[in-house]
Amino acid sequence: MSEFLQHLVNGVSVGTIYALIALGYTMVYGVLKLINFAHGDVYMVGAFAAFYIANALGVGDSPTLGKTLLVFTGSMAVCAGLGYAIERLAYRPLRERPRLTSLITAIGVSFLLEYGFQLAPFESITSMEFPPGPTPRFFPELFPRTVWLQIGEVAISNIDVLSLLVAIALMIGLEFIVYRTKFGTAMRAVSFDPQTAALMGIPVDRVISITFALGSALAAAAAVLVAISRPRIDPLMGMMPGLKAFVAAVFGGIGNVPGAMVGGIVLGLAEEFVAGYGVSSFRDAIAFAILIAVLLIRPQGLFGRQSVEKV
Amino acid sequence: MSDVVLLAKNVTMRFGGLTALNDFNLELKPRELVGLIGPNGAGKTTAFNALSGVYAPTEGTVSVGGEVVNGRRPNEISRLGLARTFQNIRLFKKLSVLDNVRLACHAKGKSELWQALLLTAEHERREAEMEKRAFELLDFMELSGRADEEAASLPYGMQRRLEIVRALATGPKVLCLDEPAAGMNATETAALMKLIHAIREKFGVAVLLIEHDMRLVMGISERLVVLDHGVTIAQGKPEAVRKDPKVIEAYLGVEEGHAPLDPEKA
Amino acid sequence: MRLVRALLPFAVGLPALWAIQAAAPPQLAIILVTAGVNVILAVSLNMVNGFTGQFSLGHAGFMAVGAYTAAKITLAMGEAPANWSPWLWNNGAFTLALLGGMLTAALAGLAVGIPSLRLRGDYLAIVTLGFNEIIRVFIENMRWLGGATGISGLPPYTSVVWVGLGALATVVVARRIVGSTHGRALLSVREDEVAAEAMGVDTVACKVHAFVLSAAFAGLGGGLLVHYILLVTPKSFTFVKSIEVVVMVVLGGMGSISGATLAALVLTFALELMRGLDQYRMVMYSLLLVVLMLSRPTGIFGTKEIWELLGPKRKKAAA
Repeated sequence: MSEFLQHLVNGVSVGTIYALIALGYTMVYGVLKLINFAHGDVYMVGAFAAFYIANALGVGDSPTLGKTLLVFTGSMAVCAGLGYAIERLAYRPLRERPRLTSLITAIGVSFLLEYGFQLAPFESITSMEFPPGPTPRFFPELFPRTVWLQIGEVAISNIDVLSLLVAIALMIGLEFIVYRTKFGTAMRAVSFDPQTAALMGIPVDRVISITFALGSALAAAAAVLVAISRPRIDPLMGMMPGLKAFVAAVFGGIGNVPGAMVGGIVLGLAEEFVAGYGVSSFRDAIAFAILIAVLLIRPQGLFGRQSVEKV
Repeated sequence: MSDVVLLAKNVTMRFGGLTALNDFNLELKPRELVGLIGPNGAGKTTAFNALSGVYAPTEGTVSVGGEVVNGRRPNEISRLGLARTFQNIRLFKKLSVLDNVRLACHAKGKSELWQALLLTAEHERREAEMEKRAFELLDFMELSGRADEEAASLPYGMQRRLEIVRALATGPKVLCLDEPAAGMNATETAALMKLIHAIREKFGVAVLLIEHDMRLVMGISERLVVLDHGVTIAQGKPEAVRKDPKVIEAYLGVEEGHAPLDPEKA
Repeated sequence: MRLVRALLPFAVGLPALWAIQAAAPPQLAIILVTAGVNVILAVSLNMVNGFTGQFSLGHAGFMAVGAYTAAKITLAMGEAPANWSPWLWNNGAFTLALLGGMLTAALAGLAVGIPSLRLRGDYLAIVTLGFNEIIRVFIENMRWLGGATGISGLPPYTSVVWVGLGALATVVVARRIVGSTHGRALLSVREDEVAAEAMGVDTVACKVHAFVLSAAFAGLGGGLLVHYILLVTPKSFTFVKSIEVVVMVVLGGMGSISGATLAALVLTFALELMRGLDQYRMVMYSLLLVVLMLSRPTGIFGTKEIWELLGPKRKKAAA
């Protein structure tokens, strides 16, 4: 029983991270019909941005709530900027081209970030150790880990609770933006039909830019949450979570905000339970097995709608 | 029943709550030239898509050459003898004009893969035959001078003609043309209509011609079927159809006070 | 007579390859082998990504299947029995191993292709990537396949001649397919699936055929590669490897056999020249990809063969 509970806690905690990253995929896919392959790497950049900010602030020596908040918002801002820049420089010029062109570009951007970050630091140019190089770095402790709740042998830490609360708050915030604000309406209009939206006076370019920025900021938040509980960060850390979050987005119905959340949690739980009770070395294959099953059985995902191709 | 090449019986197409085509009936005999007309959005292209297998009919049956083809894929229906063109030209843009036509010849005389790999005599003979046939068709449509050009580089009118050539290359019993005159001027249209007539004579195919401009098909069609809001409102000889008040209403609109046509009740 | 013509490229190629092998110093031989394997991979991936217009990101998965099968076969065959000529035994075993690798890779291609080819474009890309990873994870968990460390001590069967013949075979097969009805059907699927179906092309079958054939040659590439580095490990076949092949195809032009061949050769030699700058290798790859997509998304040669762009057009047929 306690083992079950432990897996449940772990699964939800991993799942919320997937969900936060999946939201970025889903939002971008919604407006651009593009699988933003580089999204997982934006998440990685988020972790490193937080790492550099935290070190600059000296969080390791004297952690405070203010500094923690700064790390969060700083990292989210950096990634929002990065997301904006990627869209502007790499995707916007290709918007009228076949979708595969954008997909290949996205793969290129993804690899550029992964391998660019693995280069040895240009120490002569910056005093910072940037790029970080291939060896993992350790994220400083923003606050000490304490046990928040103990049920039998299952310990739920303050970090677990914080992750969950922050993730939920961000999702509610996003849900509010998408369904209750003028910008959200514009975003949904662009997602439905960009041409018509443009004719209705919606600034499509700006909506897409902001969507990228928002999605990237969410990925950064996810990265900081992960770095707090698992401080080892490296330039390839975004690869697998990125792919898995994509699976979560597809599972929930790509382009669908609540779907991404449900998809993330389900995937987190599935991985945790299969790895916990089955063969842990198959963990990385589970997501793909789920993806293939979903695409074959219900390609539009859990909450998605099927579209008919017009001839 | 071998004297009916294309038969649609009570074909209905529904998309969600929308009935795009309701209880559509059509019978095409060999060498017949029938016009399927109606205002924009009347369901003509939907009818085409249901006949050619792009959609599976919600209700009713379609048979080509006496064989029921409901739910069959378009490529199988094509092999049974139904060829079509598309309203918004769908050529293989980056392939040469010749390859566009040669490709469509493949149903007849396709050699096995291993023969292609070993360049067997049979393979070469079949390829040569295909090329010969493609050139015959291109000659007929006065396109062979452009055989090596990319399809996309042809002027618009030629692209339309090439689409017809490509459809003919499949060796059909029925040729379905979806607004072949769209975007053409009066002279070009007149020439095209003459050409369609000539195609029927030369290749002995039945032709089903979609057109929203009724005058264009009057001259060459033996029979007209008029669709409006998915419903067949009239059919028969062109002269009779032209005088049908329902058809006039559909084309000219209904004056205030008249009951509009209700597709659900008709 | 016909058979002679059909086999002409090999009749010409074989002596040339022997000459190259005899003349090439060992350092060059390594590069030549890598280049040849890359040509096999790029040209075979081009059958799917270029001709048929699908987008597979799982080529390395099929390489892995072929590589492991071939490795298992050559190890099982072992050394030549006393009364056999070692040359005959080794080359015979290797031929068998490579054919076996192609066969299992083709079967893997069939198994992956049938379900995933219902999907289009970017979804297909992700699913093939997923299969690539599943194949890799699966191998890592198989003890009889050496698990994560793989199998070492393979016999050094691969030579410049072997790789050259493999590359030649791949190019010849690709050329002859494109020149036939089968190839035109593949191209029509790329150009317009709906129109292709209306013209009687069985688009599903086309995609599956392209996938199976492409996988078979990926298996050949895998088998040749591991019998040169004498080690087969799952790490060689991650989706990063698949993407490397995609870069070659994209660079050369999706649908251009000569383009893909040239891109594979140029990239291999270019990377070899900057050997000291190993850490920049993937950065260069990715930059190249992005810049290329932004400036010339159809690849350097587009769908055309090099000579079509260089030479004058074929004479127009008489009307």
